[in-house]
Amino acid sequence: MKSQIIKLNNPPKISSTYSVVGHLERQGPLGALFDEFCQDDKFGKDTWEQAESEMQLRAVQGAIKRAGLSDCNIDMLLAGDLLNQCVGSNYALASIDIPYLGLYGACSTCAEGLTLGACLYSGGMAEYCGVVTSSHYCSSERQFRFPLEYGGQRTPTAQWTTTGSGAFVLGNEGKVKICEAMIGKVIDKGIKDINNMGAAMAPSAIDTLTRYFRNSNHSPKDFDLIVTGDLGYEGSEILKDLLLGEGVDIRENHTDCGLLIFKRDEQDVHAGGSGCGCSAVVMASHIVPRMEAGELKNVLFLGTGALMSPTTLFQGGSIPAISHLVHLEA
Amino acid sequence: MKKQEYIEYVEDRAKKSPIVKNCICAFSIGGLICIIGQIFLDLYSFWGLEKQDASTLASISLIFLTALLTGIGVFDNIARVAGAGTLVPITGFANAISSQAIDTKSEGYVLGVGAKMFTIAGPVLVFSTISGVLYGVIYYICTVIWG
Repeated sequence: MKSQIIKLNNPPKISSTYSVVGHLERQGPLGALFDEFCQDDKFGKDTWEQAESEMQLRAVQGAIKRAGLSDCNIDMLLAGDLLNQCVGSNYALASIDIPYLGLYGACSTCAEGLTLGACLYSGGMAEYCGVVTSSHYCSSERQFRFPLEYGGQRTPTAQWTTTGSGAFVLGNEGKVKICEAMIGKVIDKGIKDINNMGAAMAPSAIDTLTRYFRNSNHSPKDFDLIVTGDLGYEGSEILKDLLLGEGVDIRENHTDCGLLIFKRDEQDVHAGGSGCGCSAVVMASHIVPRMEAGELKNVLFLGTGALMSPTTLFQGGSIPAISHLVHLEA
Repeated sequence: MKKQEYIEYVEDRAKKSPIVKNCICAFSIGGLICIIGQIFLDLYSFWGLEKQDASTLASISLIFLTALLTGIGVFDNIARVAGAGTLVPITGFANAISSQAIDTKSEGYVLGVGAKMFTIAGPVLVFSTISGVLYGVIYYICTVIWG
């Protein structure tokens, strides 16, 4: 049996990060840490889809500028979002002169991008590699659920799509390096409830984490933080509970991007945040800066994605999920 | 854990919606909407309209108010608390159509608003029409048999 852990011999460093968010995220507990925000979530555009692209463009440009680079220095961009055909990324990056690969991994896209970017850097295929993901509450809600002004009630397990875009530049400068990664497997445990994506995603996080701990010399205690993104409250509780049943205790050092980004009780977001912008902005503006400041040394970042489609759900299908793991070291 | 076991485990542990609170909210706000409807009805009757005309106009007034509140972004906030209280009366139907119309405006009036306006309300129209036809047929057969 292969270990399936990708050990990066030439680990890239996170040279810079940048985050752009909407007004609700700005009001959240991490609000002041984000680099940019927009009060009306429209970012000066006419449609929500254009707004998402504008947000992503600003995040990429911000990260490249902060790294002291320009477009011509970046070998490739790995980008993704939640919209059909990845239009959020496609339109955002049309105005940038950098080779681009579009990714779809739902909320796991940020971890997927970091994994691929780290591999390309480590293999010598890229000197600088940009990773950016975004999600917008308004464009996602339209595509996956109901119109924005539709009057309905959410269940307590429902998650709230984050409006935000986070970008990273991987290169040879920086304090935080990506030393290992593990690609997730598609796990489908038969959950069909679009309002309980945490439950759909938790088994994939369990699979990846148990595979990682089984095949590495590490145990949960070796990490200052095991951060999932984004299982929300329900998924996080399931993850901790079922892992404990398998003898893996992560209760002390686990946190979740979906729980960090909002004040769950006050902001009416039910089980917490979701969307591939959520883990990107939390990692970019909260976790990585804490590592750079020396507060955290070893962090496992687990991007968890619910790979659902409204069409297959209406046909009675369940929600497959995936979790990619990235091991960061300061 | 097998699929079925996991599904049961998830259903067992998931926090349920607060049914009692939701019912009370739905009853109060739904009731309030009915009172508003009654006020409209009495007002139009007072102004001299026939009962049937006054009743139609009362429905139209509630539809207008819902569409207006949906347009200015207030209705969904009320519905978040009211639940079935705003969904069941004619207000729910009006909101389903107007919210979808607002949402799809960016795709144009033909392929957006025109094509997608009834995406949510469509099933209600289809099945209420079918029910109406079935009821009519049954009613007709009954009148033929029992005069």
